[in-house]
Amino acid sequence: MLYFIEQCLNGVQLGMLLFLLAAGLTLVFGIMDLVNLAHGSLYMLGAYFAATFATLTGSFVLALILAILASLIAGMVLEVIAIRPLYRRDHLDHVLGTFGLILFFNELVRLIWGPEGRTLSPPSQMLTAVQILPGVYYPIYRLVIILATLAVAGLLYALVMRTRLGMLIRAGASNREMVGALGINIKLLYTLVFGLGAALAGFAGVMQAPILTVQIGMGENILILAFVVIIIGGIGSIRGAFVAAIIVGLIDTVGRAFLPDMLRLVLSTNAAQTLGPSLSSMSIYMLMAAILVFRPEGLFPAASR
Amino acid sequence: MIRIGVLAATALALAAGMVQDASAQQKTVKIGFISTFSGPTAAIGNDMRNAFELGLDHLGRKLGGLPVEVIYEDDTQKPDVGVQKTQKLIESDHVDFIVGYIWSNVLLASLKPLTDSKTITVVTNAGASAFAGELCSPYVFSTSWQNDQTPQAMGLYMNQKGVKSVFLIGPNYAAGKDMLAGLKNTYKGKILGEEYTRWPDQLDFSAELSKARASGAEAIFVFYPGGAGVQFITQYVQSGLKGQIQLYQGFTVDELSIPRLKDLALGIPGTQEWVNDLPNEANKKFVADYIAKYKLRPSYYGAQTYDAVSLLNSAVTAVNGDLSKKEEMRKAMEKADFKSVRGNFKFGNNHIPIQNFYLQDLVKAGDEYVLKTVATVVENDQDRFHDRCPMKLGQ
Repeated sequence: MLYFIEQCLNGVQLGMLLFLLAAGLTLVFGIMDLVNLAHGSLYMLGAYFAATFATLTGSFVLALILAILASLIAGMVLEVIAIRPLYRRDHLDHVLGTFGLILFFNELVRLIWGPEGRTLSPPSQMLTAVQILPGVYYPIYRLVIILATLAVAGLLYALVMRTRLGMLIRAGASNREMVGALGINIKLLYTLVFGLGAALAGFAGVMQAPILTVQIGMGENILILAFVVIIIGGIGSIRGAFVAAIIVGLIDTVGRAFLPDMLRLVLSTNAAQTLGPSLSSMSIYMLMAAILVFRPEGLFPAASR
Repeated sequence: MIRIGVLAATALALAAGMVQDASAQQKTVKIGFISTFSGPTAAIGNDMRNAFELGLDHLGRKLGGLPVEVIYEDDTQKPDVGVQKTQKLIESDHVDFIVGYIWSNVLLASLKPLTDSKTITVVTNAGASAFAGELCSPYVFSTSWQNDQTPQAMGLYMNQKGVKSVFLIGPNYAAGKDMLAGLKNTYKGKILGEEYTRWPDQLDFSAELSKARASGAEAIFVFYPGGAGVQFITQYVQSGLKGQIQLYQGFTVDELSIPRLKDLALGIPGTQEWVNDLPNEANKKFVADYIAKYKLRPSYYGAQTYDAVSLLNSAVTAVNGDLSKKEEMRKAMEKADFKSVRGNFKFGNNHIPIQNFYLQDLVKAGDEYVLKTVATVVENDQDRFHDRCPMKLGQ
């Protein structure tokens, strides 16, 4: 039972990180109607920036803040240079263009930082576990990830619901042409939204870096999960991204932890070990397929288009 | 008239040039080197390459008096890429020897092209049980070990220490399975769990660490080479298990991961066939020159590769530089007539070394983190698959 609680917490933690990625992705897809495969590369850049800043400043928190700023700037620059020409083209061109960006960023990172990858250590106070319930120990750092992401989610909610910029974002997600017709500077709005998505992705990259290595191509696996999250949650909807991210994170982690044991009751250990993780990943896509069949606009659709 | 003369002169010059080229090519030793030079495990490939280059420098860039040309290829840790690169080295570069292979799965995939083409191969890390047993080949030699040997030594040590129960965690591929099987072969206590993680992309071990904690085992044994090892140990410490459950490891704490782990790796012993501080002359020279040239400490990956240079040198010297005498060269190699950096070294019938295994532990010496030999766990250990190999030495 206690082990189950621990796994649920891990699932929530993964879900939080997926939310950070999915939020940026869904905003960009919802408002600019752009399929951005390079989002995973922005996640990777955030982690590499943080690793470099941490070596330069010696402080994790400072590195985090600088890396978020750097990701924001990188995102905005990328939008102006490479993404703008893609808006008026169709989704297939978006996929091709941003896939090319993935390859470009992988090589760029290899040129600047070398092929070996980097380590990022969390602050030393966070290197142990804390007893949150009798008998349940949980690493402090992972708790910090959950809390920090919740805080960011709260800030994002406040931004989108309570500020003028947020109002423009919601309006753009509902009806882009009308927002342009009302005289809003659409180009600037797009750049800001893209930058915001990049900052969120960079933040996710930095938070995840101490747990997983900082290496070339680290964004690709998690990007696929992020796309599944936005499809399940509803394109353009941050609330949907939040709920779907937690669901996907829980299914992946709890499935990975318990499916092999359940399979071991009927199959050999070897087969159970290989099948378990594969089945739990499949379950995520089966959920996505079910959503596409029964509720194609997602759990929390943004608006009619 | 003049035109014919010019044409004839050009033709003669070209022909002369080509003849010279051909005979010059006969006199270089071409070595193909396959390892991983990208991704989180690139540090291993770089260590092997550094050691190989150092070994060649020590011999004046000559093997048996012949100049050497090395072609380095990156297998990117994938068996299909490894096979392609192996075939390229054999079929289009026409190398005389192939050296390398970190990963057991890459080696197993590449074994057929190597043995079919009868290319003399020195494996400097991978230790899959299959190629020590039924798939052994007269042309393939190992300067490392068979995968089970190192964890078997750890099992013996854990028995000596009276460890009553253990939880096993390892990656789900050929070497991971071999390593955990090796420990189970000698360890006499209770095995409370055996978890395999997806390789190479699973880097989050929280589920497995929680299971280990829940099992109540006295110790955990793991095998996670390269970057995954850094992640495992970091998460082991972060989960608060350090101090609660003792960790024993194979290939997880080494000279490559220590600079990244530092304090986290203290007090986590492992077994190895080579440690930095082995007291023989060849080793002292190797370690000192490696640190002087690269400002890094060598790891056992490098030590194994350095031995490969000495082994190849003994082969080419034995045939006086006539590389076409393959059978003589491989018979010379079977004699292992060189000074290994690990001290005593001889080959078993399956071309896997018979060697000692030492217990290594990380200590802090001032500001530096140094691996020290704490004890000799077993001497002249031979792998347990050698009788599945039908070869005999000297045939």
